[in-house]
Amino acid sequence: MTYPSLLAETVSFRGHNGDQGEAYLARPTRPGKFPGVVVIHHMPGWDEWITEVVRKFAHHGFAAISPHLYFRDGPGNPDDIGARVRAAGGVPDDQVVGDVAGAMAFLRAQQNHNGKIGVIGFCSGGRHAYLCACRIADLDAVVDCWGGNVVVDDKSQLNAKRPAAPIDLTEELRAPLLGIFGNDDQNPNADQVNRTEATLKRLGKTYEFHRYDGAGHAFFNTSRSAHRPEQAADGWEKVFAFLRKHLAA
Amino acid sequence: MCSYIVEKARVLGSAKGASGWMRIDTANVYFDHPYHAPFDHALGIDFVCEADGARERVAVEISAHSARELVKSILAALASGEQAHAQAAE
Repeated sequence: MTYPSLLAETVSFRGHNGDQGEAYLARPTRPGKFPGVVVIHHMPGWDEWITEVVRKFAHHGFAAISPHLYFRDGPGNPDDIGARVRAAGGVPDDQVVGDVAGAMAFLRAQQNHNGKIGVIGFCSGGRHAYLCACRIADLDAVVDCWGGNVVVDDKSQLNAKRPAAPIDLTEELRAPLLGIFGNDDQNPNADQVNRTEATLKRLGKTYEFHRYDGAGHAFFNTSRSAHRPEQAADGWEKVFAFLRKHLAA
Repeated sequence: MCSYIVEKARVLGSAKGASGWMRIDTANVYFDHPYHAPFDHALGIDFVCEADGARERVAVEISAHSARELVKSILAALASGEQAHAQAAE
């Protein structure tokens, strides 16, 4: 038996406003055309776990890229850059959408691209994935992994960087959406997930939600005490099944 | 949860990091997922100098219980230290 070969490297991409930044790319090396996935990192930053996720996608037959959303706040170690961004109140939504669009353009320009692109995000990346799905027209699938603040109950939390709650943009959602949530999570909590689902249903969107007992925030993350192996294994199966269905050529 | 919630405290003093001693003017304090400490959530304190651009930080990540114990120790050290130094000056 032979495991599929893959290539993983840091590449340069053009993001929002044409700014040049770095991204982590992994793709199968065998001949053929592969669907693309943009992996949006979580709030703590562009860290080792995200590179593992990108390689996991390549192992499973996708060309995956994770743009470093904090490249404008470097240089430094990922944790120092993440801390800097946290202290500054995060990065603007417009900038994230522009960077994700730039990463999509990078994938579309590759010779091994099959024409379909999805986006997956974790934590604040889940919120960003939902946001991008409402603002980027040519996405073919979106996966929101426990994105907090899709629903914003305290409107004082909205600001110049995050002026809109993604839930309020759901009418513009075009791509099928997969949501993965832990029932013990507090952001988003179960009620907020219920309200997100109710909105998707009311607007007739194509979606599927999977919620896991005994799991809270970030339960896929193998570097955290929040990791839940059984729930994560099932969740990953759901992710790959969903993306294979919607990103087939 | 991952959040952008940060309590900022103005501080006056110095901190010693990887590059040696540096001036600090701010402590960014937050309770969230740690980067290194083996907890689901930790109290993080980043000592930085915003006047110098905050490019370097001296960081700690400690448990919520430790943080509360640290608050008590800080207040106790200040109380006993100020009393001892006041007595020595008399």
